Amino acid sequence: MPRLSGDSRHSVCFKLNGRSVAAQAEPRMLLTDFLRHTIGLTGTHVGCEHGVCGACTIQVDGRPARACLILAVQVEGASVRTIEDLAPEPGRLSALQEAFRRHHALQCGFCTAGILMSLDAYLREHANPGERELREHLSGHLCRCTGYAPIVAAAIDAARDLRGEEAHGA
Amino acid sequence: MKPARFDYVRAATLAEAHAVLAGDGGEARVIAGGQTLIPMLSMRLARPRVLVDIMCLPELARIEDAGDAISVGAAVRQSEVLDCPQLATRHPLLAAALPWVGHAQTRSRGTLCGSVAHADPSAEIPLVLTALGGSITLSSRRRRRTVGADQFFRGLMSTDRRDDELIASVSFPAARSGHGYAFREFGRRHGDFAIVACAAVVTGSTTRLAVGGVADRPSARDWGNLAGEALDDALNELAYELDAREDMHATARFRRDLVRRLGRQTILEARRCLV
Repeated sequence: MPRLSGDSRHSVCFKLNGRSVAAQAEPRMLLTDFLRHTIGLTGTHVGCEHGVCGACTIQVDGRPARACLILAVQVEGASVRTIEDLAPEPGRLSALQEAFRRHHALQCGFCTAGILMSLDAYLREHANPGERELREHLSGHLCRCTGYAPIVAAAIDAARDLRGEEAHGA
Repeated sequence: MKPARFDYVRAATLAEAHAVLAGDGGEARVIAGGQTLIPMLSMRLARPRVLVDIMCLPELARIEDAGDAISVGAAVRQSEVLDCPQLATRHPLLAAALPWVGHAQTRSRGTLCGSVAHADPSAEIPLVLTALGGSITLSSRRRRRTVGADQFFRGLMSTDRRDDELIASVSFPAARSGHGYAFREFGRRHGDFAIVACAAVVTGSTTRLAVGGVADRPSARDWGNLAGEALDDALNELAYELDAREDMHATARFRRDLVRRLGRQTILEARRCLV
């Protein structure tokens, strides 16, 4: 493959929230900036920008990943899912989002998009998660408002909803 | 927090990756999962002229089980290895250490070979390789060579890899009967860099302890079947020999104390796992 020059922008083709997109990026552009500035999806938040806080977590090929630790050119051919794809339709929340609201699992909301994308991927593979595993999974995220307890409670409640059991939370 | 400019080559063949490394030498960097390199680029601690992406090379994307060892290619992500069905029984040390590498959100991208290439003194994968006596296979345009872990890690983020080489794979010896394995780590929070990490491999008559996070690279010691005060003395001696680093996370004295305590716990746990 040719060498992509650092001085110019190059086409990146990938799947974004189920739709094929193509946009231009310099090799040095981070996926966070590519999503927010080039494509215009600002739901992915940018916190520390060096892979510590987890605010920018998205899903790449179904797995949670930090968008600030990915170059735009690296997602060529990949399938990317962002927070904009979480709600089933405008005005309706996903089971996980609904549980976050019930449990007051957010206050300022800055970390929330990342945490939701992480937990959404986790609950897909773990239908009946325990508190310890959830806390370990959440260790990749910093939240300065909630103290994490309502986030864990919301995740457990959402898992119950997704299993089709009656919710007892809140 | 934005990287400086660099060119980017998504290598379609191994030869292409080798050619970039041969042409640009020390100005080229290999990128695989990027979980360590991208923050270094963003903070401009690294300013390469060109990045060579090796994630599309099928020959580097394999996990090969040769029975007595497992070879993990440079394009294999940490989460893929964690998903291997027989990891806990065939490779108990790797299975115990991998969940301590970063977080689920970075293991989904990061590779084992990338961690080995970076050679952070507190990283878990180099420690496991050192404890097991594993090896690293390097390839360049001119040759391919395999180096033992004890020769590969040279110092603080410094390895035996030459500018024109890339790590093709790392090889972990499989668990053997009559051996016990254990891994323990101490950090401020799970997923943080280890302040001290220990990996033990024991038999009925031997004790091997590898320690990371203390000196400028992981290092291992071999003893007989020490117990009681003799074990305490050996651990104390090791704690001083490692010439502990002092940094914002821990004093040298704290690290020495952790070597003594965590070392002992790890060895005893490995002995309990003896089969």
